Amino acid sequence: MLISNLEILPNKTIIKHLGLVQGSSVRAKHVGRDIMASVKNLFGGELVGYTELLQESREEAMQRLEKQAEALGANAIINVRFSTSSIAQGAAEIYVYGTAVILE
Amino acid sequence: MYQLIFILVLLIVTYFIGTYLEKKHYISIIEREKKLNKLPAIAIKTPPSVGDFQQQLVLGSVTISVDYFKRFLAALHNFFGGRVTSYETLLDRARREALLRMKESAAEQNATLILNIKYETVSIYKGRGKSVGSVEVLAYGTAMIPE
Repeated sequence: MLISNLEILPNKTIIKHLGLVQGSSVRAKHVGRDIMASVKNLFGGELVGYTELLQESREEAMQRLEKQAEALGANAIINVRFSTSSIAQGAAEIYVYGTAVILE
Repeated sequence: MYQLIFILVLLIVTYFIGTYLEKKHYISIIEREKKLNKLPAIAIKTPPSVGDFQQQLVLGSVTISVDYFKRFLAALHNFFGGRVTSYETLLDRARREALLRMKESAAEQNATLILNIKYETVSIYKGRGKSVGSVEVLAYGTAMIPE
């Protein structure tokens, strides 16, 4: 599965557009990470726990995106966009969307 | 009285530790930026010369928090208005670090160019009084890998 955030792929022709596909994931961190983060919040610097959490969550969202595209019979997803929103204290929603296409 | 002393000590300690950590981070950012200068990351959608390339989505993300002293300073700035320098450096660090991580993962895959860079910023931790505690920055783009 080719995933790209370009609208037109160089040297490749799109045979068919299959429409929008999306994937989302909401995750919250556990208390241990929360305590560590509040300590680090005092001194500043990178919050490794949060970075990892959001990365995992993004991977999951992308897996869902791919699954949806596969179900449609696509072999590529173009014009992929990410969107993150913090919906509550300590929980974040990751949303990925793109256009499923069939390439030559 | 004790509370006041505690806050003062906390401010002084976080000022020194926070400043030290920030300086260390900037040194590492500048060093890695020099190393990855050869790999251009541009915000256009079509490559300048079309060759045989493989496309691959690359991501880089980081979550950085601001220290207690700077948050205190920002609250003061909020009162008087004007530039909030303490948050400027926070976002600058986060953006540059995210771009670097994206470039590093592209360089691992032997990419020569990264197209259509997009940034996504979200403040994920809100401190007391809805002040910004930490931001997450995601940088993403399409790596062009020569075949």
